[in-house]
Amino acid sequence: MVHFTAEEKSTILSLWGKVNVEEAGGEALGRLLVVYPWTQRFFDSFGNLSSASAIMGNPKVKAHGKKVLTSFGEAVKNMDNLKPAFAKLSELHCDKLHVDPENFKLLGNVMVIILATHFGKEFTPDVQAAWQKLVSGVATALAHKYH
Amino acid sequence: MTFLTPEESGHVSSLWGKVDVEKVGGEALGRLLVVYPWTQRFFESFGDLSSPSAIMGNPKVKAHGKKVLSAFSEGLHHLDDLKGTFAQLSELHCDKLHVDPQNFTLLGNVLVIVLAEHFGAAFNPSVHAAFQKVVAGVANALAHKYH
Repeated sequence: MVHFTAEEKSTILSLWGKVNVEEAGGEALGRLLVVYPWTQRFFDSFGNLSSASAIMGNPKVKAHGKKVLTSFGEAVKNMDNLKPAFAKLSELHCDKLHVDPENFKLLGNVMVIILATHFGKEFTPDVQAAWQKLVSGVATALAHKYH
Repeated sequence: MTFLTPEESGHVSSLWGKVDVEKVGGEALGRLLVVYPWTQRFFESFGDLSSPSAIMGNPKVKAHGKKVLSAFSEGLHHLDDLKGTFAQLSELHCDKLHVDPQNFTLLGNVLVIVLAEHFGAAFNPSVHAAFQKVVAGVANALAHKYH
């Protein structure tokens, strides 16, 4: 089980407070689809994903990104209980959506990159370390109910 | 074998031209040691690695980071023959340094994050995708001579 120090928690919360979840969510999901194009296979119903600009501007991508990142916000509130917090989503991604859990790590990395582009110098090594731990914990929690 | 499309090559050259290899190298290696602390085991002779600020300020870390990134930079001139370009370094990392090749992927990801942090919005999805491809290619090339 991932354990966060008080300092790591406060680092994470402090940055999360400044994140525009709607915008960052759309950007994270969009970049996942651009940088790792095979992930587009899960989003065939989303319409035009034919180029980087089509993907980043696609309203369904933005809406779904917002949904995904809002749910990630639950992780921030439940850092000591990630596995239970994501149990249902884990079952959903395994049983219904059939998503390879490797993709959770890819999305986590993309999120860290977006935070870096948005926060620049403020995204110090400590902040990066805390967030890397969180996204890794979430990826593990999402994979936990896989069978 | 064409590794990058002409457009992707353009993105890489254009961004790399603005990179301060010395500074970015030190930062990337430093962040690797902070975010993935087990990597410090390869650098026991480097002195004080006891905290993020000690690591980021450590002159041996900065110097070695510059060396690593200069080698990476060399790779960027030979994108169609990464395996050839990194053959000797691959043998060195396997036979002498005994570095787990997974660490090359970690360093590649850290480098992408440092570029994102420095360039902000200019590190757009297309540029991000091109660099992710390059770091993956370099990591593969460095693992290629492992036995």
